[in-house]
Amino acid sequence: MPPIVSIANLSKTYDTGYQALKQVNLDIHAGEILALLGPNGAGKTTLISIICGIVNASGGSVTVGGHDIVKDYRITRSLIGLVPQELTLGAFETVWHTLCFSRGLFGKKPDPRYLDQLLKDLSLSDKKHTLLMFLSGGMKRRVLIGKALAHQPTVLFLDEPTAGVDVELRKDMWALVRRLRESGVTIILTTHYIEEAEAIADRVGVIDHGELLVVDDKQALMHKLGKRQLTIELDSAQASLPAALTPWNLEMSTDGGRMTYTYDPLKANTGIDALLQAVRAAGLGIKDLQTKKTSLEEIFVNMVHQSK
Amino acid sequence: MNIYAIRVIYQQEMLRAWKTSAQSFASPVISTALYFVVFGSAIGSRIATVEGVSYGSFIVPGLMMLALLTQSIANASFGIFFPKFTGTIYEVLSAPISVAEILIGYVGAAATKSMIIGLIILGTAGFFVPLHIAHPLWMLLFLVLTCISFSLFGFIIGLWAKDFEKLQIIPMLVITPLVFLGGSFYSINMLPPAWQVVTLFNPVVYLISGFRWSFFEVADVSVELSLAIILVFLATCLTLVWWMFKTGYRLKQ
Repeated sequence: MPPIVSIANLSKTYDTGYQALKQVNLDIHAGEILALLGPNGAGKTTLISIICGIVNASGGSVTVGGHDIVKDYRITRSLIGLVPQELTLGAFETVWHTLCFSRGLFGKKPDPRYLDQLLKDLSLSDKKHTLLMFLSGGMKRRVLIGKALAHQPTVLFLDEPTAGVDVELRKDMWALVRRLRESGVTIILTTHYIEEAEAIADRVGVIDHGELLVVDDKQALMHKLGKRQLTIELDSAQASLPAALTPWNLEMSTDGGRMTYTYDPLKANTGIDALLQAVRAAGLGIKDLQTKKTSLEEIFVNMVHQSK
Repeated sequence: MNIYAIRVIYQQEMLRAWKTSAQSFASPVISTALYFVVFGSAIGSRIATVEGVSYGSFIVPGLMMLALLTQSIANASFGIFFPKFTGTIYEVLSAPISVAEILIGYVGAAATKSMIIGLIILGTAGFFVPLHIAHPLWMLLFLVLTCISFSLFGFIIGLWAKDFEKLQIIPMLVITPLVFLGGSFYSINMLPPAWQVVTLFNPVVYLISGFRWSFFEVADVSVELSLAIILVFLATCLTLVWWMFKTGYRLKQ
């Protein structure tokens, strides 16, 4: 199945000389949720803005649904919905008016029934005739999602959708994203909340300094790059690490009560068995054992750290 | 053609005008009525006819032009500057809409508002001075072309301006002086010969002259030249807007 969005050698250098994107290549599959992770200024918003037509690329090409975003902009843009990062809404229009405006702008004839249902899905029905200036931040965020969905797009870009949003609303938003995906919408979201990507994404891309460092299935990425750690809690604090345990590169806690061993779970021999035997042979008593999987956040921090 | 997009942009802009109707329509009418009271009745009653036309009537086309130019620029520049300022322009830029369709929506609405104001002023003038329009079709042609071309010019200012000060600077420091010195209140034949030559470099002279000719068959320059000048101005503005969108100047970074 051909990708719904295909990005080839995309680059962007701003007038100031700042290179925001460097030869980015990425295929996005229909019906998936792709999370683009990256620190502030990594190039996430620039990438989305180029695909949506808000920023001109300096080089490379992008196709959406097999159509070039420059030559066939009418087709590609009608397939795309965008929820921007900032709460960019007017003030003096009603929720209903702004949804009708968005639908018309994208070339769709009025459909009050669809828009009513959309308001219901976004829990905004009771705010239908409220002026935008009287909405809370969370409601404005939902209105922006409604505007992006007003023309029934097949690809939805969410640029930092839960930035500055409280925990409850964030979970509501994730549920909404999952429902959209179930309805067949492809979702690309940028975020620097790792837990967001971990919670809802199918695939994760890490971008930094305008370069796409990696794109992979979320589970595969964690499996491939994730390390495990075994923490051994000793029954008595040790002043120093016994010499016999040196081959395991253990990290000793400052109070001398815990030793941490980092290992690769994919290896046939993880070294755990030998380590535990060595600990006992060294005369140390084990009080407790804990294993921990590396989180996506730690993977992300490592990658960004290595790219610097 | 994305008819729905044109319609929602046009409706939104017109709705904004109705919501602020006191500012959009009443204000220019009141200020123009004051001009008639001061220049037309109070001072004008002591001035003999100009080119065979009573002074009160003579200034009607100039006053209309003053309102048309300032209102066209103000309406169109604000119409595009405000979404840029608030950031909501992202939606227009990401929509499946061509430059021509954006212009028809924004500039069309601004020009419509100016035309309504122009016609209201014309009706208001009828209460103060006797009016006779010798060439109504030419009058409408000049009215429409002026509203469209200066709305287009205002749209360019709105695209160019980075802040509210820049939005005001060209209308205040360039357009208003050009209109006042372009023969709104006098015939350029009343100026000393040297100034008559200098005045011919003011493009507004041609607009007012052509417009006045359609009322009274009195003109400072030929009506064909007036028409040509406004068409050249229109073509220049269209080219500039096309270039701004093509390059993304101050729009697409």
